[in-house]
Amino acid sequence: MNRVAWLRYFIVTGFIVFLEVLCRTGIIPATVMIPPTSMAAHLWALLASGRVTPDIIETIGNVIAAFLLSVTVGFALGAVIHSFPRLRRAIDPFLATYYALPFFAFYPLFIVLFGLGRPPIIAIGFLFGVVAMIIATLNGFDRIPRALLKTAAVYRMDPLSTALRIKLPSAAPYLFTGVKLAVAYSFIGVIAGEFIMSSSGLGYSIAYAFNNFDNKTMYALMLFVIVLVTAVNAFFYVWEQRLLARRGR
Amino acid sequence: MPVPVHAEMRGVTRIYPGTNGKAGVHALGPVDLTLRKGEFYSVIGPSGCGKSTLLDVLSGLSRPTAGEITFEDKPVDGRVPDGVGVVFQEDASFPWLNVEDNIAFGLRRAGVDSTEIRRRLDYALGLMGLRDFAKAYPAQLSGGMRQRVCIARTLVTQPRLILLDEPFGALDAQTRLIMGDELLKLWRETGATVLLITHALDEAAMLSDRIGIMSARPGRIIEEVETGWPADRDSRVASDNRFGTITSRLWAHLREESLKAIGQGAIK
Amino acid sequence: MRRAFDTILLVAVALVIWQAIHLLAPSALTSPLGTARRAAELLGTATFWPHVAETLKAFLYALILAFTGGLLLGLLLGLNKTGAKVADPILVSIYSLPKVTLYPVILLIFGLGMSAKVAFGTIHGIIPIAIFAMNSVRNLAPVYLKTARVLHLSKAETLRTVVIPAAIPEIVSGLRIGFSLTLLGVLIGEMFASQRGLGYMIMNAIGLHDVPTMMAVILMLAVFAVAANAVLLWLDQRLHRRIT
Repeated sequence: MNRVAWLRYFIVTGFIVFLEVLCRTGIIPATVMIPPTSMAAHLWALLASGRVTPDIIETIGNVIAAFLLSVTVGFALGAVIHSFPRLRRAIDPFLATYYALPFFAFYPLFIVLFGLGRPPIIAIGFLFGVVAMIIATLNGFDRIPRALLKTAAVYRMDPLSTALRIKLPSAAPYLFTGVKLAVAYSFIGVIAGEFIMSSSGLGYSIAYAFNNFDNKTMYALMLFVIVLVTAVNAFFYVWEQRLLARRGR
Repeated sequence: MPVPVHAEMRGVTRIYPGTNGKAGVHALGPVDLTLRKGEFYSVIGPSGCGKSTLLDVLSGLSRPTAGEITFEDKPVDGRVPDGVGVVFQEDASFPWLNVEDNIAFGLRRAGVDSTEIRRRLDYALGLMGLRDFAKAYPAQLSGGMRQRVCIARTLVTQPRLILLDEPFGALDAQTRLIMGDELLKLWRETGATVLLITHALDEAAMLSDRIGIMSARPGRIIEEVETGWPADRDSRVASDNRFGTITSRLWAHLREESLKAIGQGAIK
Repeated sequence: MRRAFDTILLVAVALVIWQAIHLLAPSALTSPLGTARRAAELLGTATFWPHVAETLKAFLYALILAFTGGLLLGLLLGLNKTGAKVADPILVSIYSLPKVTLYPVILLIFGLGMSAKVAFGTIHGIIPIAIFAMNSVRNLAPVYLKTARVLHLSKAETLRTVVIPAAIPEIVSGLRIGFSLTLLGVLIGEMFASQRGLGYMIMNAIGLHDVPTMMAVILMLAVFAVAANAVLLWLDQRLHRRIT
């Protein structure tokens, strides 16, 4: 392992130890935060008890559904928008503004449209993720070398196979950025949706614990979410580094 | 006839240290090179032979691993000496400044007074044919025009030694010829010593008083060729009988080194 | 002019889709006209404006904190090669955390009210701004720094006259995203832990099944966000055009 990675672990560990000391010495009172070690201990107990397993499975399932929908629909929409420059120019300012809007407010609408339960939550996760993927697709397609598109024309490829066999691989590094963001935003959308609106799932469990002053459960679940998201991120980070290394960047 | 020495490299080598246990790269040298005051000297060599490294070390942008460099009898060591100007291959014009502000950039930082800046600016705009574009931004200019801006920016600092690192590398053939003529004009008018790094045989043969040929990596100067052109030459020397002789002499040396360089490249 | 026409056309299509969904589920989604009418009504109501002022105030504070903090952090890390390498994945991880889950912590630290909202807005906006600022400095063309050295510029001068001007287009792109996310953060903050502000109004309207009010507030927020973003986008494109 190189120096940079060591330094990174050192900083993260140092921060956790710092929090631990602050909590143990009472500088941060126990009513505000419990020490990281007891978060971990409670999380272990919670996982062992199996009480939260259904919530975890539900949330992860929601995230995966929202993620897959955002990536495929986002890529398709991005490809379509890119082939209509006028549409693209008109839509650009709205894309950037999109993330300022609280979609959670449309939850009641989604219930009417999709029924109760998981679909409306998945819809919120999808709405969060899809635009990141559209933006990344537009970005990637903008940077495809002209020579590659001309090559496609020389081989008389139709628009669909040009998109899948030339544009997709050529724009891959940018699309990957979109995929990473889509994962992150699906998580954010699903968990935030559960937190504010739902009556099951990890986000809901955290909100429930908070409202019942159950700090131990709340922090244990928060730790779980942080570790889960970080692990998924690290996986995609390593994958991306490999992809970029093969392209010599 | 004794011509005073302007800059000198003695046994200069540059080795890039390896990281994570990988072997280092011996990029340059040992190089011995003497630049006479006021001459136009070109360095030509196969790709990857360390030409740019040579320029970086000579200008003081990076330190040599071993060897000595002097400019006007003072040692050069990790800092760019006063009186040295550098033009890079990459477009180094600042996109956020217009042509005039780009050219005056260094003078303003150095605190030169405004009437003097105006005077030098007018001179440089005129010499480089940029007068009509003084208020334009680099994005509105062609690659050749942008490189002119960079040359003008170097010119106004009134360097006594101008180092150019493949300055026309990104330009088309006709523009290169014209830029070469302008470089000669600039050289004659300012009386500066010029060191031009290039990979183009004809460019070196056309512009230079002397040409140093570098070997494949690690680059050394393996041969020097004198052209014997008069000072008031321009690109039309290409039709002179001696031009062919000079280029074939250069190629005779360079061919073997280029083959080595290509072989090395394939393994890497 | 064609551009304005395209935009109007796009908005018109969006309105048609909106109307169609309204016809599909009339009780869940107010029609465009009904929403506009309710918005006009709200604008004429005296009790509406304190909520607007509250949200704007929280947003402004959060924006100032996110902008200055993000830029400072990003530039400092960008100038330090090792620092940037170490921080990059950490920042990206923090960026992709569902920050809603951290809301209880913020509440426990700051209590209900303005400071919690500001803190929540800030943590949403600060990280993307820092990431963009950091990368803009890291991706600076090396030849610019070489030029600065040839011209004998001091470190401070290089930063002021070369690094920052070169990085500005990317920084503005980061500010655009930071702007949106900061607003979202403030609104989420208001939605479930506040008695005032537009976010509270939305949440309250949802609770009372007052769909027209909810839609009207969101519509006005959207108009505000689109207008502010159009200004930033215009700036962004102007700056980028000079580069390429």
